[in-house]
Amino acid sequence: MIKFDPIWLTLKLAFGTTLILFIVAVPLANWLSGKRNIFKTVIEAIVSMPLVLPPTVIGFYLLLAFSPANGFGKWLEQWLNVRLVFSFGGLLIASVIYSLPFMVHPIRSGLSSLPPSLKEAAYSLGKTKWQTLLKVLLPNIKPSLLTAIVLSFAHTVGEFGVVLMIGGNMPGKTRTASIAIYDEVETFNYYNANVYAGILLVLSFTTLLILYSFNRKTQQQGFY
Amino acid sequence: MIEFSLNKTLHTAEGEMQLNVSARIESGKFVSLYGASGSGKTSLLRMLAGFMKPENGYIKVNETVWFDGAKKINAEPQHRKIGFVFQDYALFPNMNVRENISFALKKNESKEIVDELLELSGLSNLAARKIQALSGGQQQRVALARAIVKKPSVLLLDEPLSAVDSGMRAQLQGTLAEMHKRFGLTTILVSHNSDEIIRLSDTVFHLGNGKFQQLAAPAAFFLHSFTPGTLTGTIVAIEDNGNAVVLIDDRMIRIDVSVKKLQINDKVEITCDPAGVSIIRS
Repeated sequence: MIKFDPIWLTLKLAFGTTLILFIVAVPLANWLSGKRNIFKTVIEAIVSMPLVLPPTVIGFYLLLAFSPANGFGKWLEQWLNVRLVFSFGGLLIASVIYSLPFMVHPIRSGLSSLPPSLKEAAYSLGKTKWQTLLKVLLPNIKPSLLTAIVLSFAHTVGEFGVVLMIGGNMPGKTRTASIAIYDEVETFNYYNANVYAGILLVLSFTTLLILYSFNRKTQQQGFY
Repeated sequence: MIEFSLNKTLHTAEGEMQLNVSARIESGKFVSLYGASGSGKTSLLRMLAGFMKPENGYIKVNETVWFDGAKKINAEPQHRKIGFVFQDYALFPNMNVRENISFALKKNESKEIVDELLELSGLSNLAARKIQALSGGQQQRVALARAIVKKPSVLLLDEPLSAVDSGMRAQLQGTLAEMHKRFGLTTILVSHNSDEIIRLSDTVFHLGNGKFQQLAAPAAFFLHSFTPGTLTGTIVAIEDNGNAVVLIDDRMIRIDVSVKKLQINDKVEITCDPAGVSIIRS
């Protein structure tokens, strides 16, 4: 009997990660799109690290950081009574870090493509930086926002290495669809692996299809 | 009253240049900034708006200090009570005409002025249109109306009419003059166009080598800056009665050249004085 827990867990993780990332990435991308300085360049390099590092490397370091045997993990357990390693919370934090560039980069390049006069015009009309971002800048980069959301979502759905390192393979708790596929293949349950893989395939195709149809529509409307 | 004295090192195509300007502009006046490209006109406008920080000096508007290098005061653009019309208009594509104009107003503020500005700019029937569906001239009107809606202490215009054709330009100059008068604005316009400056402004500030070279009434300024021999043209036709048709830029004039032996394609220099138009050199 096939269990759908891994699919629900994957969706829960992907939605949670995307939501947290969106809230974190918008101010970060806005800050990065402003005037350049050396500090920003360093932060930008850190944000982009998951693009080039093997997921197992990030997973390994996060495992060390979250482990109750070490400083940060110990502090979390002693003071907040939170254990991140092999838990859904740990998985969520790891996913946010791992998918950060997929959310930050499209929003940042969308904001950089806007003429600077748009921002200055809003300032001259008495609007604060925050009001300008919410009412002028973000509404004019809708295609970039959607690209960022869809890519982060899809990337989290497809996560494997980081999830395995941080979460292990605990049914109902940390076993996501991509890990369930690996598990089923290991035990020669090809039928179950096929069902999970098929669902992921359809999910990924549908999200990308929605993205491209929306972007075509907004391009016709003449947004930036 | 606007008073300023500003210093700033500008990086231009020809290298570094020191901008060092000071002036005093009475409230309600219309001032034009005139000068070659790269002379610092737009930079000066941006410093007044708060988009660019001067190295030192001060800006005082109606006894309020907007910038003081010595006291380290530098008011944000949001707190300067300015209206700014950008060269590219910078209208918000996600809003329609009415939303663009009323954007500056707070929720509880009266929207009466928006209707008045729509009416004055001839945009009433386009109020619900998206910005992308407007012509260049219409966009320019929206940009002007949007800059005026908060009744700014200073209206700053950065070559706002440079992208529209000459017919539309004349119409827009009319609208601009009317708005300036009706709302009692103090306006600073950056322009290359002598015709526009003469038509609209009370004073022209000539910016050259980083300094104000001359402050004068526009007509007198352009009359004095005109020197004989500056108009050069090419003879494109010689008529039977001895008159030559001379092409100067994209205009043609007819001059009596019967006394001179001239041919088609000859380059000529022309002077205009009370006695008429004559060729001084060929």
